[in-house]
Amino acid sequence: MSRHFKAKIINNLSLNGKNGLLSMEPLEPVINPEPGQFYMIGVSNSHDPFLKRPFSFFRKTSEGIQFLYEVRGRGTMMMKGFRGGEVINILGPLGKGYPEPGGDKTPLLIAGGIGIASVFSLVEAFAKRAYVFYGARDKEGLLMLDELEGLAGELIISTDDGSMGEKGTVVDVLNDFLTSDGSTELAEVFSLLTSYLIYACGPKPMLEAVSRIALGRGIKGYISAEENMACGVGACLGCAIKVKSQTLALCYKMVCKDGPVFPIEEILW
Amino acid sequence: MLWCGTPRLLPLYIWVFSHWNIGKRIRSRAIPYLFSIMDLTVNIGHLKLKNPVMTASGTFGYGEEYSEFVDLNRLGAVVVKGISLEPREGNPPPRICETPCGMLNTIGLQNVGLKRFLKEKLPYLRRFDTPVIVNILGNTVREYVRLSEALDNAGVDGIELNVSCPNVKKAGMIFGTDKKTLAMLVSKVRQSVKRAVLITKLSPSVSSIQEFSKIAEDSGSDAVSLINTISGMAIDIETGKPKLSNITGGLSGPAIKPIAVRMVWETYNAVKIPIIGMGGIMSAEDAIEFMLAGATAVAVGTANFANPEATVAIISGIEEYLGKKGMRGVKEIIGGLNNAQSYNNLNN
Ligand SMILES: Cc1cc2nc3c(=O)[nH]c(=O)nc-3n(C[C@H](O)[C@H](O)[C@H](O)COP(=O)(O)OP(=O)(O)OC[C@H]3O[C@@H](n4cnc5c(N)ncnc54)[C@H](O)[C@@H]3O)c2cc1C
Ligand SMILES: Cc1cc2nc3c(=O)[nH]c(=O)nc-3n(C[C@H](O)[C@H](O)[C@H](O)COP(=O)(O)O)c2cc1C
Ligand code: FES
Repeated sequence: MSRHFKAKIINNLSLNGKNGLLSMEPLEPVINPEPGQFYMIGVSNSHDPFLKRPFSFFRKTSEGIQFLYEVRGRGTMMMKGFRGGEVINILGPLGKGYPEPGGDKTPLLIAGGIGIASVFSLVEAFAKRAYVFYGARDKEGLLMLDELEGLAGELIISTDDGSMGEKGTVVDVLNDFLTSDGSTELAEVFSLLTSYLIYACGPKPMLEAVSRIALGRGIKGYISAEENMACGVGACLGCAIKVKSQTLALCYKMVCKDGPVFPIEEILW
Repeated sequence: MLWCGTPRLLPLYIWVFSHWNIGKRIRSRAIPYLFSIMDLTVNIGHLKLKNPVMTASGTFGYGEEYSEFVDLNRLGAVVVKGISLEPREGNPPPRICETPCGMLNTIGLQNVGLKRFLKEKLPYLRRFDTPVIVNILGNTVREYVRLSEALDNAGVDGIELNVSCPNVKKAGMIFGTDKKTLAMLVSKVRQSVKRAVLITKLSPSVSSIQEFSKIAEDSGSDAVSLINTISGMAIDIETGKPKLSNITGGLSGPAIKPIAVRMVWETYNAVKIPIIGMGGIMSAEDAIEFMLAGATAVAVGTANFANPEATVAIISGIEEYLGKKGMRGVKEIIGGLNNAQSYNNLNN
């Protein structure tokens, strides 16, 4: 079983102008992915672009693997052009995903925009146990809502423009949720907060805000980080993220190898 | 016994002889190919490589990162990420971005430092029947000397002096772009390296690569390697900010290949020591182009990111090319351009 394999596109559904759902069937035996892990997908056979692009493992189906993507630049534009039957090169599953869901903590899953791609399989894994906070710029940006309804314990939707769900960012909504829990008793608040476990993926400013909230309120959790990548396997040292360390030396970690999922308290924003 | 077998085989012998000449071309391609008698070995100083394909420093980690994709035993040599005396944390993100047919990087030589390299990384590489070449970088001549002494004593097969990194302010580049400093550095290091082959990795950012390669040769290098990345930059027009934290970075990949081929060819016409050519090698065809220009061996860098199996694909591709051309050894390609036309004619 190799982590470098060929896969055949089954189909490439356009969800809206910007987003697509890519289904593929590996043409050789592959390793099972875990929630939060990612793949490097070869988007072209030419030299421009030539680097593979990182995409979170979205979901497993009976036929293979699915990815949920957003068109951002040249590579993802080419991805939108993938047709059924095409064969592409893939590397993965890579990196460290979210730790095994377990224990008795209440999972708070927070997804901003295309960050839902990474969080989705975790929603599945928590099987109706998780609070899912999902925010996007507008109604069109909210993906896979029907599936999420069925899988989440509770789904709390928000949009920046208020076109669906609560108006505001997912961070605002999370903040409200954590403050409006009714109880005023300090010990009670504390025990409630420490009963939560956060898992978040989304744009950098969102992750930073979520981390501040978590650290401020003593909630433990994990974020899935993003950085430009070249190799995806820890060889080029291109995807560095600053982390806290006791000694001054070597305070970067690699998003592709040490992450993309990191404990919230580890990241230095 | 030439006429072994029964007379019934006579027609076959007659056929073989009558078609001897036509068969010659087919045989010359098929036999070496089928029986793998092709000689892929090349020599870098006293170091014999089983084939001319190595990895480029900084693009293959410490070998281990790619060992699940590539049988390291198949490589001509593994060249590891640049090592310094003390660990270095490297530059802040973003450290890389893709550009047309290439990429910019400003890793800033993040590395585990000499001590940890010897303890944690080298033993793993030693398990393979493949020479290990260590790329080194110092802030001072003394640091280069201490590094090479320690690595030579540890029994590494080659030491590659990185005097051409565009991404660190204090070190690297200054040694590679100033003739006197380069001469002093290489000759000092030469004195301390007894067993390993000494390779000087040249900067493409010099007015005359011939002068600098000659200095490397005269100061005692066993080989030169080129090219390192070329300084470049890219700007995000949405944010108006540079795409790299360090503003500038080193350009690598197919975009720099023609420059690298030209520099290898110029160097080939200036020095007698072997050249390790690199810069945008993505395929066997690219590798062969470098060898025709005069490279004895090649290093594959950025291509590993696009295809982790690039190195082995290139080795097989070279083998196929030799078969197709009816050549018996890879050495026949080296400097092939000059065999066809003399450098002086080409240069006038
Ligand atoms: C671990 C990980 C998982 C990811 N999962 C998904 C996913 O499931 N679905 C999805 O749509 N996207 C995902 N991304 C982001 C995706 O990789 C980028 O959007 C993509 O690489 C952009 O390629 P491009 O050629 O279209 O854009 P480019 O033309 O290369 O760049 C366009 C814009 O995208 C940014 N960008 C480029 N590369 C990356 C990158 N590696 N990470 C973040 N931003 C980048 C650039 O800075 C630029 O602003 C993930 C990124 C990481 C690191
Ligand atoms: C991410 C990255 C890191 C590199 N690190 C080093 C290094 O540590 N030392 C060095 O001498 N060259 C380093 N290089 C330069 C390469 O070894 C090589 O000379 C250059 O990339 C050209 O080859 P390529 O186009 O095949 O990548 C690095 C290149 C890249 C892309
Ligand atoms: S992408 Fe190369 S080290 Fe992470």
